[in-house]
Amino acid sequence: MAAGVAAWLPFARAAAIGWMPVANLPMPVAPTEKNKKQDELIVLNVSGRRFQTWKNTLDRYPDTLLGSSEKEFFYNEETKEYFFDRDPDVFRSVLNFYRTGKLHYPRYECILSYDEELAFFGIVPEIIGDCCYEEYKDRKRENAERLMDDQEDNKDSKLPNMTFRETMWRAFENPQTSTMALVFYYVTGFFIAVSVMTNVVETVPCGSVPNQKEVPCGERYTVAFFCMDTACVMIFTVEYLMRLFAAPNRYRFMRSVMSIIDVVAILPYYIGLVMTDNEDVSGAFVTLRVFRVFRIFKFSRHSQGLRILGYTLKSCASELGFLLFSLTMAIIIFATVMFYAEKGSSSSKFTSIPASFWYTIVTMTTLGYGDMVPKTIAGKIFGSICSLSGVLVIALPVPVIVSNFSRIYHQNQRADKRRAQKVQKARLARIRLTKTESSSAFLHSKRNGLFNEALELTSSTKEEQHLGKSSSLLESQHHHLLHCLEKTTNHEFVDEQYYQQSYLEGGLQNYPQRSPSLSSQDGVTGTCCSRRNKKHNTPLRNASGPAHMQPLTHTQTHNRGLQELSTIHIQPLSTSRSSLNMRIDEPASLNCQSSQITTAIISIPTPPVTTPEGDAHLPTGPSHQNVVKVSAL
Amino acid sequence: MLLFFQDKWEVEGLQTVGIILVVCSSLKLMHFLGLIDISVADSIEDDFELSTVCHRPESMDKLEELTKFTKKELQVLYRGFKNECPSGVVNEDNFKTIYSQFFPQGDSSMYAHFLFEAFDTNKNGSVSFEDFVFGLSIILRGTINDRLNWAFNLYDLNKDGCITKEEMLDIMKSIYDMMGKCTYPTMQEDAPLEHVESFFQKMDQNKDGVVTIEEFIESCKKDENIMQSMQLFDNVI
Repeated sequence: MAAGVAAWLPFARAAAIGWMPVANLPMPVAPTEKNKKQDELIVLNVSGRRFQTWKNTLDRYPDTLLGSSEKEFFYNEETKEYFFDRDPDVFRSVLNFYRTGKLHYPRYECILSYDEELAFFGIVPEIIGDCCYEEYKDRKRENAERLMDDQEDNKDSKLPNMTFRETMWRAFENPQTSTMALVFYYVTGFFIAVSVMTNVVETVPCGSVPNQKEVPCGERYTVAFFCMDTACVMIFTVEYLMRLFAAPNRYRFMRSVMSIIDVVAILPYYIGLVMTDNEDVSGAFVTLRVFRVFRIFKFSRHSQGLRILGYTLKSCASELGFLLFSLTMAIIIFATVMFYAEKGSSSSKFTSIPASFWYTIVTMTTLGYGDMVPKTIAGKIFGSICSLSGVLVIALPVPVIVSNFSRIYHQNQRADKRRAQKVQKARLARIRLTKTESSSAFLHSKRNGLFNEALELTSSTKEEQHLGKSSSLLESQHHHLLHCLEKTTNHEFVDEQYYQQSYLEGGLQNYPQRSPSLSSQDGVTGTCCSRRNKKHNTPLRNASGPAHMQPLTHTQTHNRGLQELSTIHIQPLSTSRSSLNMRIDEPASLNCQSSQITTAIISIPTPPVTTPEGDAHLPTGPSHQNVVKVSAL
Repeated sequence: MLLFFQDKWEVEGLQTVGIILVVCSSLKLMHFLGLIDISVADSIEDDFELSTVCHRPESMDKLEELTKFTKKELQVLYRGFKNECPSGVVNEDNFKTIYSQFFPQGDSSMYAHFLFEAFDTNKNGSVSFEDFVFGLSIILRGTINDRLNWAFNLYDLNKDGCITKEEMLDIMKSIYDMMGKCTYPTMQEDAPLEHVESFFQKMDQNKDGVVTIEEFIESCKKDENIMQSMQLFDNVI
């Protein structure tokens, strides 16, 4: 139940008048308000600034510091107010959360101080409203990255006891570590540059024999270029082999992009060595030499900016994909239109639609070579529309890519989106949990409530007092309302899981309706006290529909069975926050071990949000998480 | 010859299309820039008027006279009312949202709709604080007769003075809808119908297929369970 509408609870209870005349069964007793007093003003003194609010406002969220009895620790007897030594500005947002039900994140606040205040007051940050949540997550991410960057800088300090292999690998990855690494870094860089330069110069025509056409330098000084090439390739091979040796995970290294580039860069040389001067294959061999240009990519090891550009393109894959897709669409549309527009004119260059593709691309990217121009009026109109739209289509995704690059460049971030998706899923899961808490809270207290009634009959006073305080008045009134609805329709609310089970089993429908306490009681008594209670069970089996509405009468006559019921139900009770301190010892007379309960077939797990608390504080047996139900046995 | 003519028509057709396109887009551009005004459909700005409606209730003294609440109770009620509906009136959607927060497992919109109809006595589509408080006063502080009357009014959907089986079935279905899907035992399709049958058996004394207000009040007074449950409303506030 959302706390914001707690004030409308009297209205909801009054609206239940519509159920009364149609209900066939008596309604449960309404929770009475013991010591009913008027709503009082509470003064909260936060570092000198006084805030005042109604007590009911704070009671809306009993899971937080201000809503529970934890605030009593901060009560000041002399001044009759609650004093908190915290930041009053952030407290404003916290208090507004109680008032309006929405938590806002002020933009001027530091994310760390805000988080601390929320943790102090026991508020989960996932509740931040959608209006402020994006901002909050962004700031949190930035902060986390800043911390990560600082950590990475500290990581480079040398660790003792590193093997030779590890030192080599670190030297390769990070040239700043030692002088040798730096030397190696510069030497390889130099040779990459030399290799690229030779490839380029190879094709320049230099000097000519008078009666022949100009020859490129490569063919003139074959030997020199060959020696240069060999030297470079040898260095690259040695480097590659050394990296392969030093890599901690060789298989992963071999699959990485940089090593593939290394291999592709040196492969043409070796293929050339292996191949003979065969006429057919030499053509292919010449083509292979084009791969030598890949050596320039080896520079990316030397340049941080190149690497970041690569990451940017990878992270902007969706924007790039959109750009490509929209361009393709536009090209096809305009090419078709231009083709049909220009079909009429004579000597038109637009011979087919694919031929018009070239015109469209050149026009849309505003190149305008002029080798193909439209001659008809329609062609010119559509051509101008084409160039205008080209500017727009290309200009739209580009700023996105640019801003991405700038962001990554400044933060040097990887796998950004993948992490955000996981967090979003986790956030939604937590919000869903807090929402289902309200419905499961009713189911929870229903079991408690039945236990309550049972206890009243056996008149064990000590436990009764403890249980009376276990839920707030508001909650008990809400639960009473839901209970009335159950009685009106003669059906009960159950957990999702239990519903699935019973739906699958199907056979339950033929079984006479039983309340949960009875079934578990049967389960227990069935396992160890069957002889004693068997005759008590038979009247129940023959009962018709409203049978389950007589648990009170049934339990009145069977105090023995009830005793076991009460002890078994002790465990699920203690998961509510305020009753964590309660410990009830099992009576020694109980012969049925708790381990026997788990032989029953269906069990309902209690809501996971509250069980961690319960788990931490209760050393009782492993079965305390489950309420036991018995299927058609 | 035929081919030539076809091409010619194609070319001219495309020319026409191109010119029309240019003219339309320039008109749109001018409208966008605000140079000319082409309004064919209503604009969205008209919708903004509704949200600024504000309503102030009568003074507390008057309300205290008209209802049976004390000043303090009225204060508490008004504070809660105004918190959820700052504009001072509840419209049906808001009403349904508020009511559905109490029943997370089921669908309470139909029952909330019937409630809204019952509270909105002057049928103007919104429930003001006076309507709200009058309704609550009858339910929480009224006599048994008043309460039963109000319940009858809730069931009688077309306000003709008698409840038919169809009306009762609608109400019953809306109540069962609030339970949702996950119930024990599993909700059967004909559960509301059965319930309606048993209701009519109990209430319809002259067996004419409808329940009038006298039959309703008489049968309710005879039923102990119903009388007892009516006492529940005495100390809701």
